[in-house]
Amino acid sequence: MAGGRMQLELSRVVQGRSRLGVLKGLGRTGQHSLEVPGCLLYTHFGTVPHLTQDTLHTLRNLPSVTQVTLSNIAEHQEVLEEFKDGFRKFAGLHDTVVYCSLHDPATLCPTGYTTNKTVSVWGSGGRIELTVAKFMALQKTVQPDWYQSMADGETWQNSTSRKRVRKSVDRTLAHLDECLLVHQKSQELDGVEVFGVVEGGDILEERVRSARETAKRPVAGFCLDGLQTASMDQRLRTQLITAVNKELPEDKPRLLQGVGRPDEVLACVEAGVDLFESFFPFQVTERGCALCFSFDISPDPERAVLELSEEKDAAGDTKQNGDLNHDDQTQMTSFEINLKDKRYQDDFRPLVEGCGCYCCKNHQRAYLHHLLVTNELLAGVLLMIHNTSHYHGFFSALREALAKDKLDLLKTRIFNPLNFTDATKTGMKDGLCASRPHTG
Amino acid sequence: ESGLPSSPLTLRIVAECPVTKARVCDLILPHCTVNTPVFMPVGTQGTLKGITVDQLEDLGCQICLGNTYHLGMRPGPDLIEKANDLHGFMNWKRNLLTDSGGFQMVSLVELSEVTEEGVKFKSPYDGKEILLSPEKSISIQNSLGSDIMMQLDDVVSSTVTGPRVEEAMHRSVRWLDRCIAANKNPHKQNLFAIIQGGLNSKLRKACLDEMTKRDVPGFAIGGLSGGEEKDDFWRMVTLSTDHLPREKPRYLMGVGYAVDLVVCVALGCDMFDCVFPTRTARFGSALVPWGSLQVKQKQYAKDFQPIDPDCQCPTCKRHSRAYLHALFKSDTAAMHHVTIHNISYQLTLMRSVRQSIMEGRFPEFIQSFMKRMFPSRDQYPSWTVDALASVNITLQ
Repeated sequence: MAGGRMQLELSRVVQGRSRLGVLKGLGRTGQHSLEVPGCLLYTHFGTVPHLTQDTLHTLRNLPSVTQVTLSNIAEHQEVLEEFKDGFRKFAGLHDTVVYCSLHDPATLCPTGYTTNKTVSVWGSGGRIELTVAKFMALQKTVQPDWYQSMADGETWQNSTSRKRVRKSVDRTLAHLDECLLVHQKSQELDGVEVFGVVEGGDILEERVRSARETAKRPVAGFCLDGLQTASMDQRLRTQLITAVNKELPEDKPRLLQGVGRPDEVLACVEAGVDLFESFFPFQVTERGCALCFSFDISPDPERAVLELSEEKDAAGDTKQNGDLNHDDQTQMTSFEINLKDKRYQDDFRPLVEGCGCYCCKNHQRAYLHHLLVTNELLAGVLLMIHNTSHYHGFFSALREALAKDKLDLLKTRIFNPLNFTDATKTGMKDGLCASRPHTG
Repeated sequence: ESGLPSSPLTLRIVAECPVTKARVCDLILPHCTVNTPVFMPVGTQGTLKGITVDQLEDLGCQICLGNTYHLGMRPGPDLIEKANDLHGFMNWKRNLLTDSGGFQMVSLVELSEVTEEGVKFKSPYDGKEILLSPEKSISIQNSLGSDIMMQLDDVVSSTVTGPRVEEAMHRSVRWLDRCIAANKNPHKQNLFAIIQGGLNSKLRKACLDEMTKRDVPGFAIGGLSGGEEKDDFWRMVTLSTDHLPREKPRYLMGVGYAVDLVVCVALGCDMFDCVFPTRTARFGSALVPWGSLQVKQKQYAKDFQPIDPDCQCPTCKRHSRAYLHALFKSDTAAMHHVTIHNISYQLTLMRSVRQSIMEGRFPEFIQSFMKRMFPSRDQYPSWTVDALASVNITLQ
């Protein structure tokens, strides 16, 4: 095995399934670590969307692992080959662990182009077909610290046949074996970790088969694919992930692809998932919205009284979790507010009271509203800063909840849209994002 | 030094070039001191195109522009007043200059009609008829709370000739008086006059004679930078600075190309604004001492040096042309990187100009600047040769 030093140290396993710990030994010299459950830093070609280094570094406690995708990188293979020194250096990424995935989790690819020997990614110039040989040539050029092996995950559509699902499992295993062969022979990939990818669509037996077989290979961890938000509801997802995780070694990390909504994250952590991709804040930003759901698990007796006495009017114009159209990832969730709405025109409060991010410390909802209405680029910058900060804050709270046995309290915040943190005079129009009363 | 202690504007002349008409000043405004010569980036709608106020401050920007027409439409003066004026709304702690809205009214809007009352036009957002009068413009700018406000002038394109130019010049003088009368905050906000007169020396001189009789804290040179011949342009600039008071700032509107900036500093201008550097950045055009570099072009795909190896801006310190070239295909941040570089280029250029004047070597600076910018002496635009000759610089 030509792997590195990645090691999962679990400190707790709650109720037999939710895991808390640290993923250590990351990076070429093994000096980085990532707390688990946690998320990777989502980027476009090494850049967090909208952000330059100054704006990015207003954020504290960023994940130590940066995700890059072949869908962004593949078309630049020639340039990277001429550059020779790997993607991290090319992108000016200092002191971070680079994880390379196949697809961009925020975009669903067109289907119908996968073959027995190839998968396709879509760059700015169109479709690029990858054989294992080309895939591995890319990895040698990118020189990530860790990558997922090539996989066929085209099973997310409702109409996927059983036969097609079986093929995706078979192909993915074949790709994994081929990737590992090349990996073991490549000096350039010495010390680089490989994750195997578990497929199987929505068919339990195929999921179990894929998990069992992948676990036999010398991989450092597992990606769970084909379970994207768009492909199935959480009940089924939980069922499948639970079954899969039973087949996987406990001491290796599990990375769930394509799932980012806070309620789904929570449910998947309970099913034994360790890592997620952080594309959700980006999607929220692109629709001009700001994350503001509460993940506060500190007990506050005053607030408990407020909650009892507030109006339980949830009929406002935000949707409830259950109403969401699962096929449309671009639709607003109840975890966010839509700043284009007229009600924010003269709302001079920060996006989230008490949020320490650059946007909330310096700007107000009214200004963000103005930037969105006038189509100004700064809207994306400020929203991305806030949404990233808020999302990572959620993961922090999730870890704290696991550490202090407060998972139930956190679940109340995340799952029950009627249970708000604070009252506003106008009632519950903001979904999970009711803001605090002004205590000035 | 001009202005009373309670004046919202004080100009200190720090150095004057013994060869040209250039000067270095400290312009003391309510929010901070501005070192001139200064290039003012344009943040039209209360934001500088993808750049945070912190980034702008870190680049050393001391004053930037907001646009009265746009902000007057959205979000409107009332909301901005509620937000503690434009400084509060944007959270910009340094100086702001707002133009009057006159230029946009004429350049952006169809069916606008100019009368003695003001400019009548149809709002592009709800089709309602609006009148922008001198009083209305100043009222909006009072609400915006800018440190420098511009009078509403009767704007005529520099390519127009004939009686309309004279009419506009006289009307601008009358509108200046109405603006002065309408200013509710003369102790906090500075109202600048705008010299008009097109490309006609006599009209311009008449305008200068009239407007300099008014006690305003500063003067802008307007009606230029609109597509006229450069030969006419520079003559009007130098005529204007010849007749503007020494102890008040001179603001040349709409000028921002590097060569134009250097020459017009030599002709005696202190302040400049232009959308060009920030607008061109979004198309991947990076400003450099030898012209510009189109980062999106194929030739830069494998170019691993920064935009300008000598540039100290955040973009050049971390990223290569090749990375930016590729990033333009993946994320909007590519635009922000180039915007930061371009603003840095402009502000650094002005700082270098200032430094060279203070050290008595501005003429030498001009020579090496031109040498760097053009492949050879015979490629120097003839207007720059003439303009600089008029202030005792013989380009080599």
